Amino acid sequence: MPGETKLDVRRLDAWFGGSQALHGIDLAISEHVATAIIGPSGCGKSTLIRCLNRMHEIVPGARVEGEVLLDGQNIYRAGVDPVQVRARVGMVFQRPNPFPTMSIYDNVVAGLRLTGERRSRADLDGIVERSLRQAALWDEVKDSLDASGISISGGQQQRLCIARALAVEPEVLLMDEPCSALDPIATTRIEALIHELKGRYTIVIVTHSMQQAARVSDFTVFMYLGELIEFGPTERLFTTPEKKETEDYITGRFG
Amino acid sequence: MDVRQHTDRHYDAELKELNVKILEMGGLVEKQIEHAISGLVDRNDEMCRATIERDHVVNRMDVEIDDICLRLLALHQPAAKDLRLITTGLKITTDLERIGDIAVNVCERALELNQEPQLKPFIDIPRMADVAQTMLRQSLDSFVNENVELALTVCRNDDVIDQLTDQLFRELISYMVEAPQTITRAIRLLFIAKYLERIADHATNIAEMIVFTVKGKSIRHLDQVPGSV
Repeated sequence: MPGETKLDVRRLDAWFGGSQALHGIDLAISEHVATAIIGPSGCGKSTLIRCLNRMHEIVPGARVEGEVLLDGQNIYRAGVDPVQVRARVGMVFQRPNPFPTMSIYDNVVAGLRLTGERRSRADLDGIVERSLRQAALWDEVKDSLDASGISISGGQQQRLCIARALAVEPEVLLMDEPCSALDPIATTRIEALIHELKGRYTIVIVTHSMQQAARVSDFTVFMYLGELIEFGPTERLFTTPEKKETEDYITGRFG
Repeated sequence: MDVRQHTDRHYDAELKELNVKILEMGGLVEKQIEHAISGLVDRNDEMCRATIERDHVVNRMDVEIDDICLRLLALHQPAAKDLRLITTGLKITTDLERIGDIAVNVCERALELNQEPQLKPFIDIPRMADVAQTMLRQSLDSFVNENVELALTVCRNDDVIDQLTDQLFRELISYMVEAPQTITRAIRLLFIAKYLERIADHATNIAEMIVFTVKGKSIRHLDQVPGSV
C-alpha cells in the first residue's frame, strides 16, 4: 500500500506574526495514498497544508521554520522558486474559485499559461480534455467549454478547480476542505474522485468532516492546538486510537 | 466510567440507554437460569412453567437492543470506543438471548424429570450451575466496571465447567450401564449438564467482547487466554 515518502515534514514550526500556529510537526506522507488531516478549528491543519506548497508565507507576517522535503529536497532551502513548488504541489480550496471572467476551457489552462510555455491549440485541447476527464467533469461540460467558469453548479465549479490544478500535472494535490461548500451529492462525487486520483497523485486533504476523512483517506493525522497528536492508518485511528485526545475528538467529546 | 461527556447530549443519553438495557437484559437472564435450576432441584413444575413463560421478555429485549444499536450506527456514525460498545452490544445480546433459550431448555428437561422419581441427589449440577452463573455475573460486572482482569478470569474459568461436565458424564454412564431403566433420566440430566456448559461458553464470549470493548483488542479464538491485554 504506502509507497515511498513523498513529503517529509521535519520539525516544522509556523507563525502568524508573534503567535505560533504549528509546533514541531514531524510527518511522513506516503506517495499515492490519501492522507487526511483532522482536528478542531484553529488546530493548525490548514496552516500545515499551506506550508506544504509554500503558501503559508504569502500571509503578511507569517513565517516557517523547519523542513518540508519533497522527494528528499527541502522546498524551503535557499534558491527554490515557490512557483515551481506550487506547480508540483497543487491546491484546491474550500470554496470553488474559478476565474469568473474566463471560460471553462480557459480556466483549465490558466495554470499552464502562467508557466509561460507556448503550446499549440491541439496540445491545449488534449490537456483540457484529459484534465476534465480526470476531474470527472468532461461529460457534463464537453459541449459548453466556452461557457463562463461560473455558469455551472457549485459542485461542477469545484471539479473545474480540480481540473485546473491537474492540468499542470502536479505530483501532490492538496485539498483544503474541498467539499465544505458543496451539497451531499457533489460531495460524494468529489470523494469518488479522490479515490480515482490517489493512484496517480499523492493527496492531502484537510477536512472538518471526520466521516469524510474515514471514507476517503488511507492515513489520518489528528491535530490539536498546533501539535500533531496522532498519525496512523485511518482504519486504526477510527477504531482504536492510541491517544486519549484523539479518542475524545473522534467520538465527539471535545470542548 | 471515566469518559468525558459527549458534546451531543442526546447521543450520550442513547449510549447510556444502551448500557442500561444490556445490563437489564443480563440481570433478567441471570434470574432465568436461577429459576430454571431451582425448578429442577426443588422439582417445582410451577417455577419451570413460569420461567419458560418469561422467555419472551428476554427475546423482546434482544430485539430492542438491536434496534438501539442500529439507530446509533445509522444516526451518529460512532467511532472508536463508542463503536466498539455498539458492536459489542449487537453481539452479546445474541449470547444473552441464547442463554435465555438454554434456561428454557433446562426447564423443559426438568418438567420431564419431575414426572419420574429422582435418579440421584443433585450435587454436580447445582455446582455446575453455580460456576456458570458466576461466570455470567462476572462477565456482566466486567462490563459495568470495564474490568479487563475480571473478564479474563471468566475466560480462564471455562475449563472448570468442562471438567465438571466430564465428571458427571462418567458418573451417569455408570448408572446407565448398571440399570438400563435409568437411561431416560440419565440422558436428560446429561443434556442439562451440556446446557450449563453452553452457558459458560456464552459467558466466555461475552467476557471476550468486553475485553474488546475496553482495549480494542480481540482475544477470541486464541489457543490460550492471554495473561494480560
